[in-house]
Parts: sequence; C-alpha cells; structure tokens
Amino acid sequence: MRYVIIGNSAAAVGAIEAIRQYDPENPITVVADEPWHVYSRPLISYLLGGMIDESQMAYRPRDFYARHRVETMLGVQVVRVNPAEQTLTLAGGGTVSYDRLLIATGGRPFVPSVPGVSLKGVFTFIRWEDVRGLEQAIERYGARTALVVGGGLIGLKTAEALIARSLRVTIVELADRILSTTFDRTASKLAETLLRRAGVEIRLGLTVSEIIGREGRVDHAVLQDGERVECDLVVLAIGVRPNVDLIPPDSGIQINRGILVDQHMQTTVPNVYAAGDCAEAYDMLLGVNRPIAIWPNAYRQGYIAGCNMAGVLREYAGGFPMNSVEVHGVPTISVGITDPPDRDSYEVLERYDRERPIYKRLVLRDNRLVGVICIGDVDRAGIYTGLIRDRVDVTPFKDHLLTGKFGLISLPREYRKHLVVGEGIEV
Amino acid sequence: MKRIIVHEEYCIGCRLCEIYCLTQHSQSRKIIKAFKEETPRPLARLVVEEAGPLSFAMPCRHCEDAPCVEACLTGAMQRDERTGAVLCNEKRCVGCWTCIMVCPFGAILRNVTGRKVASKCDLCYGEEVPVCVAHCPNEALTYEE
Repeated sequence: MRYVIIGNSAAAVGAIEAIRQYDPENPITVVADEPWHVYSRPLISYLLGGMIDESQMAYRPRDFYARHRVETMLGVQVVRVNPAEQTLTLAGGGTVSYDRLLIATGGRPFVPSVPGVSLKGVFTFIRWEDVRGLEQAIERYGARTALVVGGGLIGLKTAEALIARSLRVTIVELADRILSTTFDRTASKLAETLLRRAGVEIRLGLTVSEIIGREGRVDHAVLQDGERVECDLVVLAIGVRPNVDLIPPDSGIQINRGILVDQHMQTTVPNVYAAGDCAEAYDMLLGVNRPIAIWPNAYRQGYIAGCNMAGVLREYAGGFPMNSVEVHGVPTISVGITDPPDRDSYEVLERYDRERPIYKRLVLRDNRLVGVICIGDVDRAGIYTGLIRDRVDVTPFKDHLLTGKFGLISLPREYRKHLVVGEGIEV
Repeated sequence: MKRIIVHEEYCIGCRLCEIYCLTQHSQSRKIIKAFKEETPRPLARLVVEEAGPLSFAMPCRHCEDAPCVEACLTGAMQRDERTGAVLCNEKRCVGCWTCIMVCPFGAILRNVTGRKVASKCDLCYGEEVPVCVAHCPNEALTYEE
C-alpha cells in the first residue's frame, strides 16, 4: 500500500498528519514541483515586506518528513496522472505508482492576455520564487514604483508588502471597489480609505490595457482610460484558478472549475482524492461544490482526504470562504456571504463607528448567520463563525449580536453546552 | 488529557482567575509588579464574561479537533505531543488573527503590546494545576481528566 501526494502545502500536510494518525506503516511519497521544505504560502507577503526572514517560512519543523516517514521528491514535476495504471508520469519520463493518490496541486495565477505581460519585471505572487523575483527587481534593478493589477486579497497583500519596501504602489481594479468578493461596499470603501492613507494609489473600474517595456524590462503601463502609470514592476493579482493541467481529459477524473470531490474528498475515480485550491468541494452556505481557495479549508480537506485514504471514513462537512487580513494595521475579518445578492431572502445587521473606525456587518438568512465582516475590532469573531458553521437559530439573541458585550454569555445555555458536547466539558 | 472545566453556576465573577492568570504570564510573576510596574501590562490568557448574576471564565478548551491548529497559517498553533495542550509558539506567530476568526469559544486573544501575537491559555505550562483553577475560591473552575 503506497500513498502518493502531489503537492507540498497545507492540504498535503493535513493528509500526511491524518494518514500517520491511523497508519504508521505504509509508505507515503510527496511529489512537488517546488524544491522547498514545506512552507507557509500566506507568509510570502510577510517575507517580501521584511516582516519575517526566510528561516520563519517553514510551516512544519525541519524534521517533519522524517518524523512522519515521508519520502519526498521535491523539485519534481508531475506531468500526467494515469488512473487506469495507477501511475504518475514525471517530467523527464519517469513514473511513480500509487495505491492511493491525493492531488493537492493548488492554484495557478491567472495571467491576462495583455500586451507586455512577458516583459521582465512582470510577476504573479503566489510562490516563494515570486518573492525572490520581486526582491531582485527591487534590489538589483532598483524598482521604486509598482503597478498591482487586481484589488483582491493577493493584490492587497502585495501592495502592503511593496509599501513596506518603500515602493510607490498603484492598484488597478476592474470592479468599482477593491476586495469586492470578500467585503460589502462599506467595508471596501473603508479599506480603500485606509490604503490611500498608507500612500497607495487606487484606480477603479479599469484594468491595464498595455505594459510598455524598454530594453525588455517594464517601463510603464497604460490603463484602459489612457492613463499612463509609471511603474518599474507589475504584479498580476487578478485571480487564481485550480491547477489541474496534469489530469488528462480521458482520465475519468471529472473537472468542473476544480476537481470534483465527494464528501470523502474522493474524485470520480476510486483511490484518487483531491483537496485544497485545486479541488471543488462542498460550500455549506451556498449548497454547491466550488473551489474556495483558502488555507484553512485546504488543511481541513487534506486531513479528511488523509483519513479516508487510510481507511478511516470521515466526511467533509463543507466549508465557506473566510479571510483575516490587516489593512494598513487595521485588523479585518470576513466570513461567508458578506454581500448577499438579494435583500429579500437576507437580513443585514450593521454597526459603523466612523471615528475609530469600527465596522461590523452580520448577514442572516432564515434567522441563521451566514456572513460576517468585522473591521477594527475582530476580537472573538470566531464566535460568529461558530454560529455560522453550526447553523444556529439566532432569534433568541439577535438583539445582542452587535452589542459590545456580545459573547458566549449571550447564547442560550443549551447552545453553550452543545458547543462542548463530546469533550466532557461542562460550561 | 486534563482540561479546565467551567461551572458557570458556581462562578461569582470575582475575577481572581484573571488576576492570577495575568500574574502567571508576567515577567516577574509577582502580583504587585505585574499590575503596577510592568509596562505594557501583561495580559490574562482567559476571558471572564459577566451579565447580571451570570458569569464564567472562558479559557481555551484545548479542543480535540482544534480549528485554530488546522487554520493557523504559519504552523505556530500546534498541539503539544506530550500534554495534548494546544499551544501558540509566539516566535512563529505573525498576528494574522486567523485563529481568532475560527475559535468558536472566543478564547484566543490579540496581544499587541509588542510584536503582534495570538495569546491563549497554555494550561500554565509546567504547573501541576493551572493557576486559575488553583485560585478559584468556589470551584467554578476545576481541572479534570
């Protein structure tokens, strides 16, 4: 019995830790195209911004593979999965055979077909090597100005890191507000104010129409409205799509937007599992399968996949989007459906103190919490997340949800008890 | 493993747990110094909730399937293999607050007195009985298997 995992990030680690919990014996092989010891992908912006150094990038201790008896093939690219033979084809022609396979290949940044994207000085930003590229552009080529294309979370983190490196940054975002998939309008506008205060220029309702080079390197960019933006480097941060290139169309592994998985994280082919940003797992708030590219879901899905691969049946209850990110030093958290499409089926509770600033927005559907935004005060926000996950009817304490003293004490005693059922803890 | 058990019906809201917790997690571990001399003032690692006659302390539950451990972006939040306690390695924490976003008990706190780090109950690492339990005058906190 040989376990093989393609990928070496959160989902892979979740699977390794689950498998070794139940199966100390059988061999596990990790094959990944990146050469590094497992690292925390979200930390690349901290590394670029100089908040941490390379020694702090490790997601697990140096002896992780040894202690979990994992054979690693790092810096090795898998070009094809062959479910009929239960093998992988490697770049260069080698093969690896498996009995149980986890595909945890993550995401690939979307690169728009804009003239100039292949110039030197144009980057995407999801891997460690992207940090090295950007550092080289800053240190060796003296980049002082940057254009970040895309005002989502990756764009925001990139902009903050570049600001920390004393670059002048412009963000251009196609929507009429930044962070439009995680925030509502009020939160987006607040985030824009904070970013502008940090010195970031923001252009909305536009994207880049051309990147102009000089001697093969980025010189400036032109936006759709004709504005010329001086930039020594460009970061493309307009989205990530599931990385499924290694799955041939006739493999029987069904791919929609990502790799379709069932509640055991198994694909449509036996013995083949998928988890993390490449997978399309259940979204418990929307009631559909879709990729949700966030770190905590990747670990959870990998963990569930690992249990099932080791023969211990466990179901993935479903996930939902959630992000915690600071904007110019102000903490923000967004969870679930924060900007509902129709106001008839949803109820929205809000509190906005513009002075401090503190903004809280709760979105309810059928008296159950389905979305939360907290800006400026994120303390104990997980209590809301718990209410979302457990689909708790908030009718009895709805009036308390946004009060300053909201806490477990506001919840019905039975729910407080329910929270700790199974651990023998009485509250 | 042993866990801190909370009995809200016995809690009188005296907040001695909070005082001893703060002191335990101070530099000096002396009440007077911790409260009067150490700046910034150290933080207690638990929350006391109070509304009218009802009150209780809420330290980390050290969950079996701990959402904070799963969600931690850096790997700072880990289960101690020896004791089973969920501990935050503050050296590896970058203060992203993902753990705060996922803890259904609201038991993880932001420490922004120095470098931003998540701050939580460590079961008074090394002590036989956590100080909040040891000093609770009414057995509203107990330490049991």
